[in-house]
Amino acid sequence: MTTDTAQQAQHGLTEHSHGAGAPDHGGSAFDTVASFDVDAHVVPRGREEEWRFTPMARLRGLHDDAPLDGHDYEVSVDADPQVVVETVEATDARRGSSGYVPNDRPSARAWAEADKVLAITVPADVVAEKPTIVRLQGLSAEKAAAGHVVITAERFSQSVVVLEHEGSAAFADNVEIVTHDGARLIVVSLQDWADDSVHLSHHHISVGRDAVVKHAVVSFGGDLVRTSVTLDYAAPGGDAELLGLYFADSGQHLEKRLFVDHNQPHCRSNVLYKGALQGRKAHTVWIGNVLIRPAAEGISTYELNRNLVLTDGARADSVPNLEIETGEIEGAGHASATGRFDDEQLFYLMARGIPADEARRLVVRGFFTELINKIGVPEIAERLTATVERELAIGEGLPAASATPPTATVEH
Amino acid sequence: MSTLEIRGLHVSVETEAGPKEILRGVDLTVRSGQTHAIMGPNGSGKSTLAYSLAGHPKYTVTSGEVLLDGEDVLAMTVDERARAGLFLAMQYPVEVPGVSVSNFLRTAKTAVDGGAPKLRTWVKDVKEAMDKLAIADDFAERDLNTGFSGGEKKRHEILQLELLNPKFAVLDETDSGLDIDALRVVSDGVNRFSASGDKGVLLITHYTRILRYIKPDFVHVFVAGRVAEEGGPELAEKLEEKGYVDYVGTPA
Repeated sequence: MTTDTAQQAQHGLTEHSHGAGAPDHGGSAFDTVASFDVDAHVVPRGREEEWRFTPMARLRGLHDDAPLDGHDYEVSVDADPQVVVETVEATDARRGSSGYVPNDRPSARAWAEADKVLAITVPADVVAEKPTIVRLQGLSAEKAAAGHVVITAERFSQSVVVLEHEGSAAFADNVEIVTHDGARLIVVSLQDWADDSVHLSHHHISVGRDAVVKHAVVSFGGDLVRTSVTLDYAAPGGDAELLGLYFADSGQHLEKRLFVDHNQPHCRSNVLYKGALQGRKAHTVWIGNVLIRPAAEGISTYELNRNLVLTDGARADSVPNLEIETGEIEGAGHASATGRFDDEQLFYLMARGIPADEARRLVVRGFFTELINKIGVPEIAERLTATVERELAIGEGLPAASATPPTATVEH
Repeated sequence: MSTLEIRGLHVSVETEAGPKEILRGVDLTVRSGQTHAIMGPNGSGKSTLAYSLAGHPKYTVTSGEVLLDGEDVLAMTVDERARAGLFLAMQYPVEVPGVSVSNFLRTAKTAVDGGAPKLRTWVKDVKEAMDKLAIADDFAERDLNTGFSGGEKKRHEILQLELLNPKFAVLDETDSGLDIDALRVVSDGVNRFSASGDKGVLLITHYTRILRYIKPDFVHVFVAGRVAEEGGPELAEKLEEKGYVDYVGTPA
């Protein structure tokens, strides 16, 4: 079932939305190969469903067999005193504790090649007072590297963990996020790489009983950044908010893939990813897959992707997929909208005397501020706002998007 | 003393079947100190008049003119009209996520006044205006119109009216969807604005209900894109009793 809706953008953003009750596809369309064995994953060539948007030639062989034994990076940690951050051997029992099994070749390769694991543990009942910030500074993109992080939020803990990525690197990694009963955890992964970096990243989130997880992926810099977030529930009552913010400049490829597996009853998921694009051949991809299994009664899920196309020559692909295998749910829906800034918003602001260019700036900044506020980590909000300002400054010299609808796909 | 003159205004919108004329020669003069009610059945072009005055890009003026103290309003951009002293309270205020009410109000005030308001008096002015409209303090930190109830949106429009203090206010069905308490609060706000100096009000409404709280000096009945009948407040009373049946043939 494919609907190409490069729709007429009468007032800027075009909407595509429908609620629960999509027809059954007959067997999950999301079945993928899951294996720790690298060779069980054939080398993707770009025609596969999961790779069809990715410029394979720019992957530097991370998906094939380029060595992943580089160590040209530095890691610095600024942790809350009650949070334990340690580098442990790959054999540590925490590795694999999320239940994740690599679902593509680069992820399986990173799993096999990572010789150390960064383990971040928030002990039971600890309420952290400040975010735990781990900064990875890439020193060179010459030799590719593999990484592995396990974040464990034990029972009833409350904490914020920020993973920052900067500098030059060719990097494939897996991040496991495990929340135990009643834990409250915010994880922010920030990719602000240098222009020559390539990053393929898998995050898997296991949501414990009545745990509340907020997870945000923020991508600014890098030649090619592809993040895949998978999430499932270990028990009923879990609540997950998956946020994303990305800003692609000329020539950048930023790809965001999500799979929310509603495998338990009475859980909730809410996905909001917002992106902006400017400059020729800026390309973003958002794939939002949600599966509601027969066991997942009483759940609610909603996912929304919005893309703001600031100049001509950029391309945003947006593909929400919702597969429902039980009707006994509270609600399910998705929406996707791609377009230039909203003319109705512009009119409203101008009708209050605000000049057009200032009104446009307000709307575009507001687009990001909404998401930065939702992430809700004041310690990084200022930095994110400043980075958005830096990106917008790059685009000030470029002509604004014309009224014709941008190249975009929405499929379902 | 200011004058808003609308002369022979014809306005079209683009439809799939080509341009469609909505306003077919509107003549209307509003002077400061006056309140004019424009009443009419659905589809008569009342809102088109409001949005055309504000300069919404969807509407094309094919002939006629609009003058504000002799200045050609139609030659002005949307923001220039606002800065010249025209204010449109919208029927459906637009949500702008990520822009806080306080930031928006300060930016708009700076734009219409040509300079930033003095911080201390501004904060006090906003607080007082919000109190009078029974708007809670935390409202200022919410995102503009985002997730506002119908009543909150309308009160917020009148808040802007009072703070931006234009020469002429065009109120597009500000009363629609309001319960009686909210209607009183909003009407009081409009009356404060009218009493604050030489102000003109163009009150567009489908119902006579709001005219119990805001007394018009003139009533114009709008039918099929032009003024079909004009009179004093007594005309509203006639409409209260008979509806628009005399104009459109069926009760509307």
